[in-house]
Amino acid sequence: MIAMSIITNINKAFDHRIRLGIMSILMVNEYADFNMLKELLGATDGNLASHTKALEKADYIKVEKQFIGRKPNTRYSTTKLGRAEFKKHIDALEKLIKKG
Amino acid sequence: MDSKDYLKDISEIKDLMNKSSRFISLSGLSGVLAGIYALIGSAIAYWLVITSTRGYLILDGKIFKICLFILFMVAFLSIITGFLLTTRKAKKQGAKIWDATSRRLVFNFAIPLFVGGLYTLIILSQGKYGQTGGLMLIFYGLALVNASKYSIGDIRYLGFIDIILGLIATLLPGYAFWFWVLGFGVMHVVYGTWMHFKYDRK
Repeated sequence: MIAMSIITNINKAFDHRIRLGIMSILMVNEYADFNMLKELLGATDGNLASHTKALEKADYIKVEKQFIGRKPNTRYSTTKLGRAEFKKHIDALEKLIKKG
Repeated sequence: MDSKDYLKDISEIKDLMNKSSRFISLSGLSGVLAGIYALIGSAIAYWLVITSTRGYLILDGKIFKICLFILFMVAFLSIITGFLLTTRKAKKQGAKIWDATSRRLVFNFAIPLFVGGLYTLIILSQGKYGQTGGLMLIFYGLALVNASKYSIGDIRYLGFIDIILGLIATLLPGYAFWFWVLGFGVMHVVYGTWMHFKYDRK
């Protein structure tokens, strides 16, 4: 029963290196823009865009589009739901490590 | 996925959290040099005062002005050295010198330091110059503790030590000079050396 509840806390939405990375960065920063995420994660534009879209769809991150001067700028931040789910996910990971 | 993959996940999460929120390219060597500047500066000031005709410091004397100038030179050289060596280290690590993390670090370090600097000047203008050595240590320590959240966390310990030394110095204004030498000179050398061997020589 306990094992079952840990597994249900492992969130499929975070089960990817890039998505895990996006959430990690946004957990400790008020917001991050597209280029900052790209540099830190070493991802391509298309790859990163598809993962941010997936997280946005799940309502885990918020996307704001704005202009800095003439340049368009997209910045991301976590939602309340995203923070709570990510914490649950990390707790589950840590429990699995302790058991293994 | 087995637990090895999960372990890798966790370490990657921690690494990204650090890299994205902290500026960790601070140079330990610049701490050592700042300490040496402080020691040389205070040695010159000490020598000037004891060889003067009075043998102690008065507020409107010429020697007092020279001492203030030495103090500013020590601060100025320390900042320049810190900037140059940190830029060099950041370049070596392939990190950007002026990004969100370093901006945050400079900003949060500067607030207590700037307020403390002004307050020290105010106290000085009121003639309570026995308090100034301790006040500099207290506010510098607070600046370090505040900045430690945005950089190498270890700098907070130097901050705590300087705050304690500063508080004792304001209680014993007659010995404030020696606490200043200990806090800014000796502690920087000890601390910078420790940082250098812990982080730089890898």
